[in-house]
Amino acid sequence: MIQTKNLAFSYSGKVNFNFPDISLESGQVLLITGGSGKGKTTLLHLLGGLLKAQSGSIRIGDTNIESLSDKNLDKFRGKNIGLILQQPHFVEAFSVLENVVLSSWLATGQKAEEKATSLLTELGLADQMTKLTSRLSIGQQQRVSIARALINEPQLLLADEPTSSLDDENAFNVADLLSKLSKEYGAALIIVTHDQRLKDRFSNQITLL
Amino acid sequence: MIVKLAWKNIWFKPLNTILSIILLTASVAIISLLILLQEQFEKQFSSNIDGVDVVLGAQGSPLQLILSSVYQVDAPTGNISYDEAKTWMKHPFVKSAIPLAFGDNYRGFKIVGTTPDYLEKYGATVLEGKLFQKDFEVVIGSEIAKKLNIKVGDKFFGSHGDAAEGEVHEEFAYHVSGIAGPTGKVIDNLILCNIPSVWAMHDAHEHAEENPEHGEEGHIHFEGDEHEHHDHDHQAETSEQGKEITAVLIKFRNKMGFVTWPRLIAQNTKMQAASPAIEINRLFSLFGIGLQALQYLAYGIMLISGISIFIALYTTLKERKYEFALLRVSGASRLQLLNLVLFESILLCVVGFIFGTIVGRVALLLISSSTDQEYKMTFNPFAFVWEKEGILFLAAIFVGLLAAAIPAVKAYRLNISKTLANA
Repeated sequence: MIQTKNLAFSYSGKVNFNFPDISLESGQVLLITGGSGKGKTTLLHLLGGLLKAQSGSIRIGDTNIESLSDKNLDKFRGKNIGLILQQPHFVEAFSVLENVVLSSWLATGQKAEEKATSLLTELGLADQMTKLTSRLSIGQQQRVSIARALINEPQLLLADEPTSSLDDENAFNVADLLSKLSKEYGAALIIVTHDQRLKDRFSNQITLL
Repeated sequence: MIVKLAWKNIWFKPLNTILSIILLTASVAIISLLILLQEQFEKQFSSNIDGVDVVLGAQGSPLQLILSSVYQVDAPTGNISYDEAKTWMKHPFVKSAIPLAFGDNYRGFKIVGTTPDYLEKYGATVLEGKLFQKDFEVVIGSEIAKKLNIKVGDKFFGSHGDAAEGEVHEEFAYHVSGIAGPTGKVIDNLILCNIPSVWAMHDAHEHAEENPEHGEEGHIHFEGDEHEHHDHDHQAETSEQGKEITAVLIKFRNKMGFVTWPRLIAQNTKMQAASPAIEINRLFSLFGIGLQALQYLAYGIMLISGISIFIALYTTLKERKYEFALLRVSGASRLQLLNLVLFESILLCVVGFIFGTIVGRVALLLISSSTDQEYKMTFNPFAFVWEKEGILFLAAIFVGLLAAAIPAVKAYRLNISKTLANA
C-alpha cells in the first residue's frame, strides 16, 4: 500500500535526514517515534506530499507521488491521504458537518453529506454536527479531524501526535478509533508520536535516530 | 462551495465586514445618485428644449429668461410689448412662434396664457374635455389633475404672481375645459389658457379697484362675443392694443436666424433673444464642476473602502494561515485559495454595490419629493443608467480585486509544511 525507498531530505543543506524504508499494507498500523529534531514531522510531511524529498521515492498504491505535478499532488492528497494533526485546525466559519463535507468536496467535487453524517455519528458526534468547531472540546475536535481525514476513504492515514494534547481517556479513545476505523476503511495508518501511551498500544514501530 | 466558504468567512468577522460595506455603500450611493440625477436632469432639460431655437423676452439674464419661459422654474425677466414682439414673430426666418403670458398661479402651479401651438410643441393632446376656447377656460396639465384631483368642469380662482400665497383674483374663476395627456415635460405641471384671459384678469383687476362692477361685467361679455363670431386673429388684434406678454418661443426655418437674431434683436429692440441650448449648456457646465467634485469625493471613499478591505484581509491572514494549510491538506489547490481570498473581497464589493445602489435610489426618491414640491420636477428612482452604473460596478469589482491582490497571492504562496510544522 505504501512503500518508501531511500528517502532523504535536507533543510537548506544544513540539516540532513536519511529515513529508513517503510512498507505498510492497508489495515496495518506503524508507529514512528524518536526524539525531537530527528525528523518525525518532516517524514510525515514527505509521506503526505507536503514536502518534496531530495531523493528517494514514495509509492502510495500505484502512484509514485514524487512524480506528480503540484496540482495533481493536491488532488491526489485530497483523495488518498488523510491527515490528522496535533492541533486540530478547522474552517472556523463552518459547522462541524460542513467542515467534513468541505473535505469531500475539495477532493472529489461531491458533497458527501450522508457519509459525513454517518461517520460523525460513528465517532459519537451526532449531537455536535451543527455547532461551530470552536464550541467543541479538544477531544471532540480531534474526533472531527479523524472524520475529516476518513471522509474520502484514503489509502493512507497519517497522524501527527494525535494524542499529545489529550487526557488518558480521550487518548485511548482516539487510539481505538484510529486503529478500528483505519481497518474498517482499509487504510494504512502511520502515527508519528512520542506518546508512551501509544507506544504501549501499537507494537509495529520505527524509531528515528 | 468556495463561494459559500467565502460568504461564511466574511460574516464570521462581521465588524471588519460591516465597516468595509458601509464605506462602499456610501461611495456607490453617492455616485449612483449623481449619475441618476445628472442623467435625468439633463434629459428633462433637453427634452423641453426641443422645438425652441430662441426665446424672445425682456432684457436681463438670458439664463433667467430661459429658465422662466422654457422650464417655468424662475421668475420672468419682465414683460415685452406684444406689438413689438409680433413684428418679429412674422419675420420670414420664423417657422413658428408661440407667445407666452405669465400672471397667476393656482396653488403654486403656473397659469400660462398661450396658444394651442404650445400643447402641440410638447406633443400634448387634450385627453378629456376640449381645448380652451373662451377666456378663462383652461387646460390642466396631467400631473396637476392627478395631484389636485381636478376634473373637467371644475372652477377655481388663481392667485397673483408665482407664489401660492399671492393675492387671490376673486373677480374671475377659471373654468376647466380640458385635461392634457401626460408628456413627461414641463407642460404636465402647467395650467394653460389663452392670452386674453391673462390680460383680462389683470385689466379687470386694475379696473376693479376703481370700478369693479362695470369692468368685470363688460369685459366678460365683450370677450365672449368676440370669440364666438370672429376668428382668433381678429380677436387678438382688437384686444391687444398696448398689451404685454412675457416671452415668445421661436423656431426658425433655417439656421440663419439662430446666428443672426441675438444681435439683431439686441440692436433693434429692447428685447433679447436667448438660445436655450447655449444657456443650458452653460448651466450644465457650471453644475458639472460641482458634480465632478462630488464624484471625485465618492471615488475617494471607494478607495478608502478598498484600503479597509485590504487591511481586514491582510491582518487576518496570519490567523487564517492554518485554515489555508488545512484546506490544502484536504486537497485544495493553490489556485482555489487564491480564488477564496478574491471571492471574499469581491463579495464584499458586490454587497456594497447592491446596498449603495438601493441607498442612492432612496436618496433620489427623497430629493424627488422635495424638488417636486419646490420646482414641480420629479426624478424616477427606478430608472437604470446601465452604461454608467455598469462602469461603477466594474470599478467596485476592480477595487475589490486590487484590495485582495496581495493577500490572495500570499495565500497562494503559503508553505503548508512550514505552517503546520510550527503549529
